[in-house]
Parts: sequence; structure tokens; C-alpha cells
Amino acid sequence: MLLQQLVNGLTLGAVYTLIALSFSLVMGILGVLNLAIAELFMLGAYFGFTAIIAQLPLPVALAAAMLGSALVAVVIQKVAYEPLRNAPIVTPMLSTLGFSIILQNVATNVWGSDPLQLTDEVLPGRLTLGPVSISTMQLLVMGSTVTLVAILAFVVQKTPAGRALRAVAENRDVARLLGVSAARVTLLAFVLSGVMAGAAGVLIGMHYAVITPYMGVDIGLKAIAVMVIGGTTRIWGALVAGPLIGIAEVMTVAYGGSQVRDFVVYGLMILILLLRPQGILGGSRSEQGQRV
Amino acid sequence: MSTYYAGLLADVGILTLGGLSVYIILATGQLSLGNAGFMGIGAYITSYLTVTLGLAITPALFIAAAASGLIGIIVGFPALRLRGIYLAMATLGFGEMVRSFFLNLSAMGGSSGFHGMKHISVGYIWLWATGVLLVVMLLERSRVWLEMQAVHDDETAAGLVGLNATAIKVGAFGAGAAVAAISGGLFAHHHVYIEPGNFGFERSIDFVLAVILGGSTVGPGALVGSLVLVMLPEYLRFLADWRLAAFGVLLIAVLLVRRQGILDRSLFRRLSLRGAA
Repeated sequence: MLLQQLVNGLTLGAVYTLIALSFSLVMGILGVLNLAIAELFMLGAYFGFTAIIAQLPLPVALAAAMLGSALVAVVIQKVAYEPLRNAPIVTPMLSTLGFSIILQNVATNVWGSDPLQLTDEVLPGRLTLGPVSISTMQLLVMGSTVTLVAILAFVVQKTPAGRALRAVAENRDVARLLGVSAARVTLLAFVLSGVMAGAAGVLIGMHYAVITPYMGVDIGLKAIAVMVIGGTTRIWGALVAGPLIGIAEVMTVAYGGSQVRDFVVYGLMILILLLRPQGILGGSRSEQGQRV
Repeated sequence: MSTYYAGLLADVGILTLGGLSVYIILATGQLSLGNAGFMGIGAYITSYLTVTLGLAITPALFIAAAASGLIGIIVGFPALRLRGIYLAMATLGFGEMVRSFFLNLSAMGGSSGFHGMKHISVGYIWLWATGVLLVVMLLERSRVWLEMQAVHDDETAAGLVGLNATAIKVGAFGAGAAVAAISGGLFAHHHVYIEPGNFGFERSIDFVLAVILGGSTVGPGALVGSLVLVMLPEYLRFLADWRLAAFGVLLIAVLLVRRQGILDRSLFRRLSLRGAA
């Protein structure tokens, strides 16, 4: 029973990790909260759903959703973020919220407001290991997450583009003085963040959730909490915090009742903000936020 | 005036109060994304006082405002440790915790909500909205406001010239929480039914949106923003299914064209001079 809950929590945590990484790529590098990420995730779920219904193989569906969400992320960057880069942080946050409203409305008009759900037939089968039963779907969710995070880690840590990304995150002005194109780095951050959100959408759509135009808000807010708990200055914090919150959530539902779930998650987030603002994995450098 | 328009006007008044609650806190350089939490606290306390204890609405609102203001001060102290977007995310967490708390509070209906409040008139809501707006505008002419501006512009410098930045920031949180509670109490007695979902993240964002859209440098900006937020979707009804998308587009357009908000200081001065002449 306990082990089973652990597995379920890890699966949920895997999805949280992806969306938290999506938030933290933009937040850690540019210092803005892109609220439309919740809707990129929702769109990813719809893209994936459409592709799977059209009998496309799963990897193709995943790739299509990632590409689609990344494209929308580019539009958001060009229209809602770039012109407001020098405004107080609340302004770009609200303009991304404008995109949230638009994307929700578009999704409602395209796919309807009735909840959609994929059947188990997409990927049947279960794996039983002693007392624990893992569905193939759960394995796929966790496997894809690990692969995606590994690829992201490689891009950020080992490639020249990733080095530029980290340089701008460290100090935008100095990075620009040294010849890093801040515009290109910004674009890259938004693209990577769109890719992560899109993938998370497909995975959660396949795993258990029903897909609705408004599914992004709830999970998006949770992912912000995961990002904060993991630490916003180091994107890897989400790797620890995602599974942690996933397990905490599943455990509170199993042993404390589903109603206290959100209370626990957000309480943990506030506690971390007050006691360890740099997050679980953050270094000694505690980031001083910009003035509002 | 039809009931339909009366309902819209009531919404504008309630949203104006919510916007002002964000405005007061924002004036000290703190962004709160959790004011719907204070609104919820106000709504539940007021409803408890009028329905269960049989108190009249006006004293109930005052008590709720005082209680919520106290909670605001308590929240304001830990908030001192955080700045900018981190403070915003912490207040977001606070708002969600309050919502979750009322969801679990079975004494007040829990997830099935609470009802039994007596309906109040639009005039009463506007009495409060204009009253609070006038108080805020008077406050804007006072020394306290200058001190708040000083803390907003540079907290260290404000502290160096002898201002008590801690008291100013915490006080602003308390005042903002009190105003949000009034907004909540009026909301509860206008809709005569409340549930925790009324006081979620979207509501907090609406408050911030009203202030930023209307103009975050003058108090009446919250009123202008609320009018736009409530009325614009109504005027877009001819677009049917695409109404909200058009609203989003217009929202982004306003932010791009007038990032300081529709009403700023120079426009406000021009308008009030013309009114005086």
C-alpha cells in the first residue's frame, strides 16, 4: 500500500518536475513569472490527444506537442515579454496572463469545453513487482521525464547555448558585455520552457487526468510551488522538489483526506520561502528580488 | 436601472475595493497575489456575524475589517523577509492556503458553501467603495503617503533618513487586508452565497489587474481598471464564443501601449483641473 502510493506519487511528481522546470527556465534566467506556461501545458495535452486519436505513434505525438507548445511560447515571448522587458515585473506577468485567457478561449472553441479523456487502450499492460503494480503508462511517464530532464541537463550544462543561458542568468549585463546575445538567450529560454510544458501536457493527459481548457491553472500553481521549494536560482531543485511534492500530495490524500492536500503543499512553499528562500538545492547566494 | 446593470455596477464596486487593497500594499513596493485570501476571510467573518450572530451588516463589516487587518499585520511581518517576485509567490501561497482552510472548515459549510445572508443594495456597496476611495485619496495627500513612497523608491535610503520602514510596510499590509475584507463582506451579502472557490488565485489576479490596468500611481486608477474589467467583456458580447480571446488581446494591447495604466498622474491632473475650471 505504502509502496504503491510512493509509485503513484513519483509519477505525479514527474509531471510536476517538468512544469516546474518550465517555469524555472524563464524565472531563473529572466526573473519573470510566465503565467501562460499553465496554458502551454494545457495545449500540450490537447496536441497530444489529437495526435494519438489520429493514430500517430506515441513518440510522434510527444514531439508534435512539444513543438506546438514551443511555437506558442515563441509568440508569447515576442508579443508579451520582449516589449515589456524593462517594465516592473508585474507588467510582463499580466501580459502573459492575457495570453492565458486567449489560449483558454481558443482551446474551448477548438476542442470544446467538455472534458476529454484517453482510454487505457492507448498503452495497456501492468507490471507487477511484489506488492507494487506499475502500469506501462506510469513507466512511460517516468521514463520520458528522466530522458527529457537528461537532455535538458545536457543542453544547459554542456552546449555553448546552455553556457550563454547560464551566463545571462548569472548577470545579464556582464554577459552582454562579453558578447552573449541576450535576445537569443531569451528566445532559447522560452523555447525550452515551451518544450517542457508541452511534454508534461501529453504525459498527464495519457496518465490519468481528464483534459479541459482550464486544467492548467491548478497544476500550474502547484508547479510554481514546486519551483519555489526546489529553488529558483538553480533549475535542478525541481528534480528533488517535484517527486517530493508528488509523494507528499499522494500521501496526504491517502492518509489525511484530499481536502488538506493544497494546504500542505502551499504551507510547505511558504515555509521554504521564509526559512530557505534559495530553495532546497540553492547555494548560499540568496537572490534579492527586483523592486515591484 | 435593470437588475442586470445593477449587478454589473455592484461587481465594479466590489472589484474597486479589491483593487484598492492591492494598491495600498503596492504603494510600499510590495506585490500581493493573495488578497483574495483576505477577501475570503472578510466574507466568511461578516457572514458568520450577520447570519449566525444576527449582527447588522455595517458593524459586522467593521469587525471583519479589523480582524482581517490584524491577520494582514501578522502576515506582513514574515513578508518583510521577501522581495519582489518572491513575495508575490509567497502571498500566492497564502491565498491558496486560506482557500484550502475554508474548504476544510465544515462549520461554515466547507466545500458546499455558506448561505443565509440578506441581500444588500448596490447603493450600499457604492457607499463603501466611494468612502474607502475618498479615504485613500485623502491618505495620498498626507505625510504617511510620502513615507510610503519613500519606502517604495528606496527602502534603505528611507531607513537612513529615520523612517520606520518596517512599520510602514507591515501597516500597509494590514490596511490592504482590511479593505480586502470589506470587499469580501460586500461580495458575500451581494451574492448571498459564498464558497471557497470564490476566493482563489483568479480573484487575486483580478485585483492586481484592476490596479495595473487602471493606473498604479493614483487611487482612482483602481476604479477605472474595475470599470474596464467588468464592462469590457459585456461590450464584447457580439463576438460570442471569441469574447474572452478578444478581451485577452485588448488586455495585452493596453499593457503594451500604456504600461503605466490608463490613468496616470498627468492625465488625472488634467481631468481634475478641467473639472475645477
